[in-house]
Amino acid sequence: MSARLPSGGLIDRTRTLRFTFDGRSHEGFAGDTLAAALLADGVRLVGRSFKYHRPRGVLTAGPEEPNALVELRAGARREPNTRATMAELYDGLEARSQNRWPSLRFDLLSVNGLFSPLLGAGFYYKTFMWPAKFWEKVYEPAIRRAAGLGSLSTEPDPDHYEKATAFCDLLVVGSGPAGLMAALVAARSGARVILAEQDFLFGGRCLSERIAIGDGSAHRWAQSVVAELASMPDVRLLPRTTVVATYDHGAYTAVERVNDHVAVPPAFEPRQRLWRIVAKRTVLAAGALERPLVFGDNDLPGVMLASAVSTYINRYAVKPGRRAVVFADNDHAWSTVADLRAAGAEIVALVDPRPDARNRAVGVARDAPLLTGVVRRALGGRGLQGVEVEGADGRVQRIDCDLLAVSGGWTPTLHLTSHLGARPRWDAARSMFLPDRLPPGMLVAGAASGGLHTAAALATGFRAAEDSLRSLGITPRGDTPPVAGEEADAWTPLWRAPSSRGKHFIDFQNDVTTADLELAHREGFGASEHAKRYTTLGMATDQGKTSALNGLATLASLTGKTIGEVGTTTYRPPYTPVAIGALAGHHRGPDFRPTRLTPSHEWAREQGAVFIESGAWLRAQYFPQAGETDWLPPVIREVQAVRSAVGLCDVSTLGKIELKGPDALEFIERLYANGWQTLAVGRARYGVMLREDGRVMDDGTVARLGEQHWFMTTTTANAVAVYQHMQHCHQVLWPELDVQFTSVTEQWAQFAVAGPHSRGLLQRVLAPGEDISNEAFPYMGARAVTLADGLRGRLFRLSFSGELAYEIAVPSRHGDAVIRRLAAAGQDLGVVPYGLEALGVMRIEKGHVAGNELTGRTSAQQLGLGRMLSTKKDYIGARLARLPALDDPADTQLVGLKPIDCKTRLVSGAHFLPIGSPTTFEHEQGYVTSVAYSPSLGHWIALGLLKNGRQRHGERLRAVDLLRGQETEVVICDPVFIDPQGDRLRG
Amino acid sequence: MRIHCPHCGPRGHDEFVHHGDAALRRPPADAPDAAFHDYVYLRDNPAGPYRELWFHAAGCHSWLVVERDTRTHEIRSVTFARGDA
Ligand SMILES: [Zn+2]
Repeated sequence: MSARLPSGGLIDRTRTLRFTFDGRSHEGFAGDTLAAALLADGVRLVGRSFKYHRPRGVLTAGPEEPNALVELRAGARREPNTRATMAELYDGLEARSQNRWPSLRFDLLSVNGLFSPLLGAGFYYKTFMWPAKFWEKVYEPAIRRAAGLGSLSTEPDPDHYEKATAFCDLLVVGSGPAGLMAALVAARSGARVILAEQDFLFGGRCLSERIAIGDGSAHRWAQSVVAELASMPDVRLLPRTTVVATYDHGAYTAVERVNDHVAVPPAFEPRQRLWRIVAKRTVLAAGALERPLVFGDNDLPGVMLASAVSTYINRYAVKPGRRAVVFADNDHAWSTVADLRAAGAEIVALVDPRPDARNRAVGVARDAPLLTGVVRRALGGRGLQGVEVEGADGRVQRIDCDLLAVSGGWTPTLHLTSHLGARPRWDAARSMFLPDRLPPGMLVAGAASGGLHTAAALATGFRAAEDSLRSLGITPRGDTPPVAGEEADAWTPLWRAPSSRGKHFIDFQNDVTTADLELAHREGFGASEHAKRYTTLGMATDQGKTSALNGLATLASLTGKTIGEVGTTTYRPPYTPVAIGALAGHHRGPDFRPTRLTPSHEWAREQGAVFIESGAWLRAQYFPQAGETDWLPPVIREVQAVRSAVGLCDVSTLGKIELKGPDALEFIERLYANGWQTLAVGRARYGVMLREDGRVMDDGTVARLGEQHWFMTTTTANAVAVYQHMQHCHQVLWPELDVQFTSVTEQWAQFAVAGPHSRGLLQRVLAPGEDISNEAFPYMGARAVTLADGLRGRLFRLSFSGELAYEIAVPSRHGDAVIRRLAAAGQDLGVVPYGLEALGVMRIEKGHVAGNELTGRTSAQQLGLGRMLSTKKDYIGARLARLPALDDPADTQLVGLKPIDCKTRLVSGAHFLPIGSPTTFEHEQGYVTSVAYSPSLGHWIALGLLKNGRQRHGERLRAVDLLRGQETEVVICDPVFIDPQGDRLRG
Repeated sequence: MRIHCPHCGPRGHDEFVHHGDAALRRPPADAPDAAFHDYVYLRDNPAGPYRELWFHAAGCHSWLVVERDTRTHEIRSVTFARGDA
């Protein structure tokens, strides 16, 4: 049963590899692909088709494979839709066929073929126009079972993926004769070269065709070139690497399958690597893909591209059949006739539609039983058993065979030339699309440029490298390209064999037939982009690599246009499928983005803090003590400690910006909505910043540390945006202002010390001479201080909690030591650490707005900050903030609210509705923005935005949350719940 | 896309933040409301050469004026926005 030839091929027969396919054991050799090893073991049926569940075999030997898609590996590493023609064999490989139920040989759903009239073009659109209920209950489950390819593993991927960037003078894509030639010329000239090859071996067609270059075989020439390139320091060879996308200015994306050819990647190695390659010049030498021919039942296992037949024989020493018919419309396929004969296969017929082929046939082809005519239909059940041939004289005969090698000519691989939007141009003389406008810096060589001869490939590769180098000012070195053997390549495209019974497949992967395109055309979807959507031609993993041209040709004949007029569909990246894991790289789970830690993080961890993400920061949320199993008890305890004793909280995450210069004051005036002229040195003030559209952008405090020295804070969330905005204001709007500023967020550790005992605690850590009495350092004071050990820091008398409070800042590297000193010094004062939750509770008790209210859609007037808007100056947002719409009572305003029933919990996001009104959107009057349990008041409180809210204190409303199914009666009140006069913070 | 920052050299576009039309000029404080409305809300969307602002966020923090052809992404010039008039 083995189809392996006794000798030859680029496989290592000393290394036997065991693998399984659908649970059955097989053996192959190192150097095999899965497809080659399966064919060697006589496996022809490898999958079932997408819609009709027809039996399918290996069609190609490369990335264009539409049929042989398998699930590789098991468990968490299971990977569906892997092309068996690209999967490098390894010992222990597990593969399963897809789309069959219950088994590959006996597939119940192949009866879909009987219902195929229902599954024709546009069936997705037509069948499911019935009531939506039908879709959910009947169609979707049925379709999901019947159609679709492999299934994903639902477990997390255990492997690593990484990203890398590389720069070069010349990127060469593809390592056939053209690519190797280009890389060699460039490397010998001293250029930095990257050579990317999707295969695991370099050489392209040199590996699979018996051609001569120089005075030996093409394969030997390729080996010597690769060896020379590998010895050069400025050459990076990237095998198993597919360049999948072209981007602007010489940027390319490539996927390197670093360890797809082993069961489990070695420790510390990624499975795949996503390259960003930045190339000054690029030579695209991606070759060409052979086209199948369109005839009845052309999808039977045993029908294979002629080039694939040659590849399996020459590279893998596999004879894909014993009795072969070759059906081709070009001379190049004659080499396949020679390969088959050399492999000992019987050539039962060479079928060629061209009347003149007989006169020109040379070599083996002349001796082959040439039959002028076409194959009308392939015959067989689960595999090919014969073909029905119609001669030029009209005579129809059946020929028994087990292999049909087909060739409909070649399609240059142009995808990378079109990713920036250029459309290829139809070359009628050569019957192929060729690049028209190339991406800047790219040249095309070899078969991709339309030159199918090896000699043309060497010449165009050589010239493309020379031209690229010269344009970079590098003198090309090297003599002339080597001589290549002669090849026959005359070609008269046969777009479609005469009609016959059976399905004429154009797109094997999507089960799109000629009849589907005819239907699409009849129904008005004959334009190429329309036909693609209507029939799914050219979709899914192969993106039409084998089907596009035959599809366009069919549309052309239906519409009476030329193929050029029909035009290709748009090429979009990627060229071949890319795993999401490769795109994500290391950026997943906790590594999705960098985590910023506060200066007191280690200390907080020792205190048992529960941490929460706050932007990129990890902040202490609360500090549970023994016995506190829920989040609320520690938060209540922390709030009570701050309000009755003293608490410590790391507030270093606030954006901190230092400004200096004679115009710093003017700059701050223009930046903030409120005035700063009267702010004395040593004082701080709350400020509100608007966007130019008049809405609130951010808030914070600004301290004047010297006549021309200022220090401002932003909210944690807006730190980056505000800094960027300030740079815009300074560099673009007002470059004349003499001010310098920089972000110092990372440079300062800043801790809130809050509560009645905060002053007493601070006095213990400050140098003895530092007077921070209420008289010497009143509310909103700001100044430099010296700590007891001589460390220089800054002290601000700011209060977010509403208590007597300070913020002390020290250089970040001293943050850990200082928080420990504060905690130790305050033991007898009852000092506690408090987290983000307690901070939030206290700010809601005090009615301070934060992120939930600063949504970017709220105005200062809505938030009760309208009186801060200066009328005496120009500032960002000054003009549009004065528009009446921003202060319209019909719009919402900030309010406080409490539940009528003290025990009821409030939820944020609940909407306000009048009592007794229907629960409909027309009656909606605003919503709850922030909620907290107030330990000070003993019940839940909230802030909200309510229409005309400031006039409605005391009114009762419903707070309705339809998502959580909760409704609460609330009473509206002033947003400041605690100490409205601010006596405590001034004490 | 690659942007040649005059301070840092050629860098990938992901280091930059795009900000739109570089031709906009903030109206003087005494300009009519309509001038501010247009400044804030009205934008051209040309097909062709376009001078736009980019911020080198992951680099030198310069605001740059990049002249880019919106049809091809060809970049004709990059200059500092400071002093651009
Ligand atoms: Zn820069």
